[in-house]
Amino acid sequence: MTEHRTPLARVRGLGSAKSGTEHFWRQRLTAVANVPLTIAFVLIVVSLLGRNHAAAQQILGSPLVAIVILLFIGSVTYHMRIGMQVIIEDYVHDEVAKLALIMLNTFFAIAVALASAYAIFKLSFGV
Amino acid sequence: MAGSKAPARPLSPHLQIYRWPLPMLMSILHRITGAGLYVGTLLMAWWLIATASGPNAYATFGGFINSWIGQLILFGYTWALTHHMLGGIRHLIWDTGRGFSQSEREWLSLATAVGSIGLTVLLWVVGYLSIGGAQ
Repeated sequence: MTEHRTPLARVRGLGSAKSGTEHFWRQRLTAVANVPLTIAFVLIVVSLLGRNHAAAQQILGSPLVAIVILLFIGSVTYHMRIGMQVIIEDYVHDEVAKLALIMLNTFFAIAVALASAYAIFKLSFGV
Repeated sequence: MAGSKAPARPLSPHLQIYRWPLPMLMSILHRITGAGLYVGTLLMAWWLIATASGPNAYATFGGFINSWIGQLILFGYTWALTHHMLGGIRHLIWDTGRGFSQSEREWLSLATAVGSIGLTVLLWVVGYLSIGGAQ
């Protein structure tokens, strides 16, 4: 049978380069964001050590602290999702298990992000 | 191979035999600390949800985190965080194409190890001092 497609058309969309650089770039983008956000987060945690519930509630719900923690949650959970996906792809070679774990990985990252963000919103708006 | 003469040259040493280069150890630790931080976000989520839920949930979380096992986990988490952050900065330097010479690789890897332990101890000293101030 004669092949009518050009060699380039046949390889397009195949191979590991489908979204490899985007993955790499987002890992670096969130890594850079994580540095100041993590420092800020650690400072917030240190300032909250040993405080009672009322104080912790008030500080975590104050606008600046809440916004910094929300940014931290977003950047960190995105970063860890990409990172864990790389670990899964490196060590799990069974296609079904790999896809299942990559899905679970996304579910975990979104669940942690949403639960943490929900807590911050609740603390901020006091509902 | 069976019956053939043993080659008269030294065999390449395997992982268990040769001294681990420091950058290799730091690379392995970068991945392990990353995985640890991944699981550890559950602790952050628990802390935030407990604070949002009320004094009882907050006290339950406090009871866990102030127990010896909680403190041990938090100490390990602090080190994982500082190690992964310094290791990440090292990777960002490497991403620019810099720091690849023998001496620079060794120096950057040593800085990650020493820096992470130093920062962890510093944070815990500051932490305990700040608790004394808050009470």
